[in-house]
Amino acid sequence: MDMLVEAAPLDRHGMARRLAADIPEGWVVNLGIGIPTLVSDHVPPEREVIFQAENGVIGVGPAPPPEEEDPWLINAGKQMVTLRPGGSFVSQSDSFALIRGGHLDLCVLGAFEVAENGDIANWAISSNEKAPAVGGAMDLAAGAKRLWAIMEHTTKDGRPRLVKRCSYPLTALGVVSRVYTNLAVLDVTPEGFAVRDMIPGMTLEALQARTEAKLRPAA
Amino acid sequence: MIDKFVASALEAVADVRDGATVLIGGFGQVGTPNHLIEALCERGLRDLTVVSNNAGTGTHGLARLMAEGRVRKVICSYPRSRGSVVLEELYREGRIELEVVPQGTMAERMRAAGAGIPAFWTPTAAGTQLGEGKEVRAFGGRACVLEHALKGDVALIEAWEADRWGNLTYRMSGRNFNPVMAMAADLTIVQTQHRVELGELDPERVVTPGVFVDRVVHIPYGKPRLW
Repeated sequence: MDMLVEAAPLDRHGMARRLAADIPEGWVVNLGIGIPTLVSDHVPPEREVIFQAENGVIGVGPAPPPEEEDPWLINAGKQMVTLRPGGSFVSQSDSFALIRGGHLDLCVLGAFEVAENGDIANWAISSNEKAPAVGGAMDLAAGAKRLWAIMEHTTKDGRPRLVKRCSYPLTALGVVSRVYTNLAVLDVTPEGFAVRDMIPGMTLEALQARTEAKLRPAA
Repeated sequence: MIDKFVASALEAVADVRDGATVLIGGFGQVGTPNHLIEALCERGLRDLTVVSNNAGTGTHGLARLMAEGRVRKVICSYPRSRGSVVLEELYREGRIELEVVPQGTMAERMRAAGAGIPAFWTPTAAGTQLGEGKEVRAFGGRACVLEHALKGDVALIEAWEADRWGNLTYRMSGRNFNPVMAMAADLTIVQTQHRVELGELDPERVVTPGVFVDRVVHIPYGKPRLW
C-alpha cells in the first residue's frame, strides 16, 4: 500500500463534490440515500438542477434551519427538506411514472458492487437477508436515462467493489454508466471500466491493485 | 343528499372483515391514517393482508396492528426503517409473511387495479431476485416481467381537506400513496384534517375526486410525528 502514501482518498463530501461538478444545469436528478444525498449540497444554487425525491417531491431544496422544519415535507430518506420555487408535489403514481418513464436525466445510487458490464447490486447483502428493503432502487436503476454509482472503491477490509460480476443480489442489469469512488472516476464501456480521472498521487497500477475488474485509461 | 362523513373512526371501519386486504396510505409517518389504523386494531380482526410502503415504526398504528397479531402478510417496498422493530421481530420469528415489491411496481400495480388493467410488463426487477418466478418477455430487446394488479378490499387514506362528497386534497409529501390507493380498493375510507363545505374546494385543486371515496371521518390531529 506504499503506492498510496501521496494519495489522500476523498471523504464522503469530497466524493459528492466531485460528482456534483459533472451535473449540468437543467438536469432532473434523483439522489439515493446515503452519500448520494450529499450531492445536492455541492451544486451551487445558481446552477438550476431539479432534484426529485421518489416520495413525490419535485424541486427539493436544502435542509431547512430548525425553526423552519416542517414534518409534512420530507424526502425519500424521511429527512425534512425544503421546496425550491418552481417545485411541486405529485403522487406515487406520477412520481414513479417520472422515474420509470425515462424522465430522469440522472439517478445517483450508492452500491455494494458495480460490475464491468454495468450490473449494480445495492439493495440486499445476501439472498436470505432478513426483511430486505428495496424501496425505489430497482425502479430508479431500470428507469433513469443515466445511472451513476457513488461508493468507496473497496470495502472496509479492502475487498474490491468494482468487480467482474456482482456477487450480491442484483438491483438491475447493465445500467450503470459511471462510477465515482473515493479514488477515481470510471466509465462503464462495452470494453469494461475506463478510468476518467484519479485523485492526485494515484496511479493506474495502484488503482488496478484495488480493483477486481480490468481497468484501462479512458480513450 | 350525498354525505360520506361518518361520526368516528370506529364507525368508519365497522364492517372490515377477517382476511381483508387493506391498503394503507403514507410514506414513513407522513400522510399515514394512524387513527383509522388504531380503530382497525380495536376491531380485533384476523389474517389481514396489509399493503403499505413501510411496515410500521414504534408501537402505534401499523406496528400495533402487527404486534397484536392481526396481520398475516405485509406487502411493502421498504420494511426496514428506523424503529421498525415489530416487523423485524415477527419476520425473524416466522410469524408474518413479507412480500417485498419495488416501490414503483407497487404503485403501478395499484394504479392498474384502479384503472381496470389486470397486468402489465415492466423492466423493473427483471433479472433480479424480485423478478424470479415471473413471466418474462422482451420488448425492444429489453427483458420485462409481468406484474399483476394489486386490489384492496379496503383502503385507509389520510387527506388534508375533504368535503361531504369525498373530494380530497393532500398536504405536501403527505400525498404519496394516498391518491393511488384511494382508486384501488372496493371500500375507501379517509381520515381528514380539515372538513370543508361542498363547493369550497377549488375544482382545480381536487386531487382525489369523491367518486373514489366511500367514507370520511374528520380527525384534526395536527402535524405528523416523524419517528
